[in-house]
Amino acid sequence: MLDVNTIRKDFPMLDGKLMSGHPLVYLDNSATTFKPNAVINAINDFYHNYTSNIHRGEYELSQKADTAYDSVRKIVGGFINCDEKEVVFTAGATNGLNIVAYSYGLANLKAGDEILITLAEHASNVLPWFDVAKKTGAVIRYIDLDEEGRLTPAALEKAMTEKVRIVAFAAVTNVLGYIADVKELCRIAHEYGAVTVVDAAQSAAHIHTDVKDWDCDFMAFSSHKMCGPSGVGVLYGKKALLDAMEPFTYGGGSNARFEKDGTVILKETPEKFESGTPDMEGVIGLGAALRYISEVGMENISAHEKALRDYFMNKIADYDNVEVYNPNGDTGIIAFNVKNIFAQDAASYIGSQGIAVRSGNHCAKLLHNVIGVTETIRASFYFYNTFEDADRLAEAIKTCTIENCIGIFF
Amino acid sequence: MSELLKDPMVLREILLDHYEYPHNHKLTDNPAFKEAHMSSESCIDDIRVQAKITDGIIEDVRFDGRACTISTASTSMMTDLVKGKTIAEAKEIMNNYFAMIDGREFDENMLEEAVALQGVSKQANRIKCATIGWHGLEKLIAESEEENDGK
Ligand SMILES: Cc1ncc(COP(=O)(O)O)c(C=O)c1O
Repeated sequence: MLDVNTIRKDFPMLDGKLMSGHPLVYLDNSATTFKPNAVINAINDFYHNYTSNIHRGEYELSQKADTAYDSVRKIVGGFINCDEKEVVFTAGATNGLNIVAYSYGLANLKAGDEILITLAEHASNVLPWFDVAKKTGAVIRYIDLDEEGRLTPAALEKAMTEKVRIVAFAAVTNVLGYIADVKELCRIAHEYGAVTVVDAAQSAAHIHTDVKDWDCDFMAFSSHKMCGPSGVGVLYGKKALLDAMEPFTYGGGSNARFEKDGTVILKETPEKFESGTPDMEGVIGLGAALRYISEVGMENISAHEKALRDYFMNKIADYDNVEVYNPNGDTGIIAFNVKNIFAQDAASYIGSQGIAVRSGNHCAKLLHNVIGVTETIRASFYFYNTFEDADRLAEAIKTCTIENCIGIFF
Repeated sequence: MSELLKDPMVLREILLDHYEYPHNHKLTDNPAFKEAHMSSESCIDDIRVQAKITDGIIEDVRFDGRACTISTASTSMMTDLVKGKTIAEAKEIMNNYFAMIDGREFDENMLEEAVALQGVSKQANRIKCATIGWHGLEKLIAESEEENDGK
C-alpha cells in the first residue's frame, strides 16, 4: 500500500494549489506528470553547481557532468532490464519512434513489405510509418482490435504474413489504457521474422518494463510522462540492430573523426545516435525520476492506479449521464463522455471545478473507427492521486448539465 | 442596447437557445453558395459555413457540422447578424466581435445577442470555438472580394 499523503509532499504542484478557485485535482497524467522535488533538485543541482558541456572538457566540472549524464544509462538499463549500451537518449518517445522509422525502416523496407500497426496508436506511432511506407512502397496494415478495442495475440496471429517486416504497437494505449501482452505479441511477430517496435510512452510509468522478457526489438518512452523533465526520452534497441543502423541525425558528439574526402567514422552505439549537445539536465532529471519511481515501486504504482479506477467506476456505476468506453480498462485511464454533451464542453465544466482532464481525440485519430465516437474525455490517475480526487471527478460529472457547461461563461 | 442583454440569466438562455436550436443550420447544394470547411486542430469542431454573396451583399449564410456549444451558438449568432448586410457592414460587425472575444473595447450595439459570448474572452482555450464560424465567414468574404478584383 502506498502512503499517498506522504508521497504528495514530494510534489510542489500538489502543495494545495487552486485552479479556477477550487483545490486542484490533476487527472491528466497521461498527457504529462508532475515532478517530485528529487527531480527538480537534480536539475537545479546541474544548473547551480556543475553546468558544463559533457564529453568535451578536460576539467573537473565537465567530468562531473559526464559522470552524472553517463550514470543515467545504467539507471535506465536497470529500470528496463537491458545493457546500458542499448540505451539511446532521445528528445522523447516521438523522437525515438522516428529514429526507428527512419534509421531502421527506411533502410530495411522495400516495396510490398508490410508494416502492421493498430487503430489505437498515437500519431507518433502512425505518421512516421505512413511516411516511411510512402517513401519505400511498403504497405500499412491494421491488426484488428477486439470489440473492447484491445490488441490480442490472436488478432496479430491472424494478421501476420511472410511480408510483415515491422509490427509496431503501444504497450499501453493512450485513450483506452489497455495493457498489451507484449511478450506474446513479440513472440508471434518473431516467428515470421518481423521486427517489433513497442511504444512504451504510456506504459513505462505505470507497469513494469522488461525488454529482455518482452524480447522486443525496439522500445521508446518519454521522461515527462514518468515524473521526469520534458524534452528527453529513451530509445531502447537490441544491440545488434542498433549497431547495424545508420543514424538519422549527424553532427558533433556522435562521430569519432571525419576527413575532407567525406570519410566519417562514427562513435559506437549508443553515442552514434546522439548528435549535438544533448539535453544534459533533462537526462540527469530522468535519472532522478527513475530512481524516485523505483523507490515508490512499480507494483505499488500499478496497484494504486487500479484501486483508484475500481473505486471510481464503482462510484459512477449508477450515474445514468455518463458513458465509459473502457469500463474494463487495466490502468488509471478512464475514457468517457457525459451523455449528450460535447466532450469539450464537459471538459471545460469539469475544469471549472478545479479538475484537470483532457478532451479530444488524444492524438489517436484512427480510434473512432473502433469506439464509434471521435472525441472523448480522458481522466488519467497516477500514484499521487487520492480517492478524494476520484470523488471530486465523480461529483463534477454528476453536476455536468448543459446549463452548467454554459454557466461557466457568465 | 436593450437592458435585457445585460442580464446574465437572459444571456445564458440566449446562448443555450442558439446551441439547442441553431439558426440557419442547414447546408444547401445551391451552386450560388460558396463553402468554407473549418476544422480546428486544437479543438474538435468541424463545421462548414456557406454564403451566397452577390454584388457585395451577403444574401444568405448557413452552417452545419460537429461543434461544441460555443462554436455552434457563436456561428448561429453570426449568421443572424450578417445576413442581408453588405460586406463592409459585415466586416465592421466581425471586427467588433473579434474585439470582444479578444477582451478589447467593442460596440455592444453592433453585436446584439452575440454579447452573450463576452465571457469567452476569459477562457483562452475556448476562443477558437467562439471564432471558428466567424473565420469561415471571413474566408468566404475574402474569396468573394478576390473574385471581384479579378473581374
Ligand atoms: C501512446 C503514446 N505514444 C507516443 C506519445 C508521444 O510522446 P511524446 O509527445 O512525449 O513524444 C504519447 C504521448 O502522448 C503517447 O501517449
